[in-house]
Amino acid sequence: MFSHKKIEKNSILMLVLVLIVVSIGGLIEIAPLFYLESTIEKVKGMRPYSPLELAGRDIYIREGCYNCHSQMIRPLRDEAERYGHYSLAAESMYDHPFQWGSKRTGPDLARVGGRYSDEWHVTHMNNPRDVVPESIMPGYPFLGKTPLHVPDVAGNLETNKIVGVPYTDDMIANAELDLAIQVNPDADEIDAFLERYPKAQVRNFDGNPMMLSELDALIAYLQMMGTLVDFTSYDVDANKR
Amino acid sequence: MNLLWLAFTIICALIGVMLSAKAVDSTMMLHGMVFSIASVLSAFALIARNYRNINTPGLADANGSVNYNTEIIKAGVIASAFWGIVGFAVGLVIALQLAFPALNFDLPWTNFGRLRPLHTSAVIFAFGGNILIMTSFHVVQRTCRARLAGDIAPWFVFWGYQLFIVLAATGYVLGVTQSKEYAEPEWYVDIWLTLVWVVYLLVFLATIWKRQEKHIYVANWFYLAFIVTIAMLHIVNNLSVPVSLAGVKSYSLFAGVQSALTQWWYGHNAVGFFLTAGFLGIMYYFIPKRVNRPVYSYRLSIIHFWSLIFLYIWAGPHHLHYTALPDWAQTLGMTFSIMLWMPSWGGMINGLMTLSGAWDKLRTDPVVRFLVTSVAFYGMSTFEGPLMSIKAVNALSHYTDWTIGHVHSGALGWVAYISFGALYFLTPVVWKRKSLYSDALVNLHFWISTVGILLYITAMWVSGILQGLMWRAYDAFGFLEYSFSETVEAMHPFYVIRALGGALFLIGALIMVYNLWRTVRGDVREKEAGALVLNMEFAGAR
Repeated sequence: MFSHKKIEKNSILMLVLVLIVVSIGGLIEIAPLFYLESTIEKVKGMRPYSPLELAGRDIYIREGCYNCHSQMIRPLRDEAERYGHYSLAAESMYDHPFQWGSKRTGPDLARVGGRYSDEWHVTHMNNPRDVVPESIMPGYPFLGKTPLHVPDVAGNLETNKIVGVPYTDDMIANAELDLAIQVNPDADEIDAFLERYPKAQVRNFDGNPMMLSELDALIAYLQMMGTLVDFTSYDVDANKR
Repeated sequence: MNLLWLAFTIICALIGVMLSAKAVDSTMMLHGMVFSIASVLSAFALIARNYRNINTPGLADANGSVNYNTEIIKAGVIASAFWGIVGFAVGLVIALQLAFPALNFDLPWTNFGRLRPLHTSAVIFAFGGNILIMTSFHVVQRTCRARLAGDIAPWFVFWGYQLFIVLAATGYVLGVTQSKEYAEPEWYVDIWLTLVWVVYLLVFLATIWKRQEKHIYVANWFYLAFIVTIAMLHIVNNLSVPVSLAGVKSYSLFAGVQSALTQWWYGHNAVGFFLTAGFLGIMYYFIPKRVNRPVYSYRLSIIHFWSLIFLYIWAGPHHLHYTALPDWAQTLGMTFSIMLWMPSWGGMINGLMTLSGAWDKLRTDPVVRFLVTSVAFYGMSTFEGPLMSIKAVNALSHYTDWTIGHVHSGALGWVAYISFGALYFLTPVVWKRKSLYSDALVNLHFWISTVGILLYITAMWVSGILQGLMWRAYDAFGFLEYSFSETVEAMHPFYVIRALGGALFLIGALIMVYNLWRTVRGDVREKEAGALVLNMEFAGAR
């Protein structure tokens, strides 16, 4: 006859049983996401972040933007009208970790790319209330004044490669160069850069050609957000889950 | 044994110096230094302790009763009170920033994005964590009738945990974060916490092994489940690859949808195991003890313990409704979240019904008032949670302040209130005082903070539901009625009310700290002398 008293008198038995009981839910819910092929939709256009975009994303993380901005448009009528096509799992497949967020103190940013001009972003980052009087966002005037310093550009790409982002050896070898030239449309190596990172936007983002700033990186990241997937070739029915 | 600890501190000091010297970024340089200074100080403390020639304490004191380790509890009471004030104060600051954005000062170190993790970590891990470690050390000793295992080990847990808090908090302000909510610290801080946590588990288990009771008391089941499960969640969710062993930056092992579910599997169970199972352990000791009644139902405690820990783990996907997470996972998460209502209320019923025959204490003992109100808030927020996990409700509530209000009814009403009750209970016990300094101040604390909580959660209900409705409102022509910025503007009055609620809560906590400090000094408020609720564990009081 089973009695709970057995468990109550044996700490190791209790510990093992607790571990088993708390493992089940996670195993059943999370593990299949790694092998069910339907988890991530088949899309065209996704590519790893360019070194400048990745640096911008790291700044986005550093400043805690995810605390107030989501990057996940839900398939609800008002969200699709306000922000654009609902987000696909494929669109964050290279995000280590994800930036879906949990709170919209500010609007969703999943498709903010191309929605505003660079000048708007520069003004907005300097003091958000200059362009949106009702905004309660902090100002980030220091970004435009701080030169972009990435301790190990190639190392960042290599680490992403280790965790599964398909950076090629070519991309890693040119990482330092690519970081510098994305703000310089006249650079000789731009064609090779665009071959590595199709659809990457090449221009000076922060309006200050004298310095590659943190603001350049952040705006490069914001302007590419949600612009990669080619929705004209996206098959909704084939990707139903 | 002391020599081994000494060797450990010296190795840690060297690692710190090396990290600092080889650092590729300024934060690692600073953190390496902090780590090695902390290690050197520990080494000095160990040596000083040796010269003071403190013998390993005997198992029994002069009266023949168990010689409990109360010094570690005293340290825990002080640390909890300190971090509580810090956490509430930062919470007030960021609440004010949302109402008045000029308070961000447009500096890197003071903006909302960096301070919000500081607030959440300070209240959950610094305040809540210290409360959990401290009460678990007290409860496991008393319910096993055995002195806490280890001589140095419990102090390593205590100081190691404080070091974790300092490294995490300074990191946030300097912009070091993994961007995973409630798991923001970077890889090296995570490794340190893992080490501290393993020693914590060992101290706890070894004390249970020394017990003089046949049965392990129910509070300890909850503490054990909390310690073990938090270890599992912490390790899996924080798996990442650092760019350099001498740099702070790492990239998480998981990406996108897998990263999201792993994070919320962790995130929801930080609530389920850190803020619920652990604090239920507190409930199961302090309520019966304070009202001097046995736990209402032994059978209910078995059923709700196992069902609670089994069901909680599944609830994570309700944080990801209507996202790119596959529907089957969302539906599973919602189903289990609704089922979770039952074991949650099982715990509430067991806690409240323990007062059977002692309900009058609610009138006469303000500490009981804190303990009982906390269980009532637990019941309320564990009803609200399953409600919000229903997809149709979540479509409205997600991304809004309703979630923030829900969290705070649990965090302020349940977690903080039961912690306050435990602090008021423990201070006279471990400092061997006849009573608290003042019961009237406890009562004042209770009412001020209760009004604060009510202002907070009602403001967030209104602002959350209002904003959710504004986002989806259409005008007569079929266009979206409000721009996003209009919905932000509409939040302002509620953000002011919320900050006011937070301020009241902070004032209440400051009153508590004053009261506890006077109690430690041995003072008794003259007006109340003779009418105070007595500390039953103090012989002179009976």
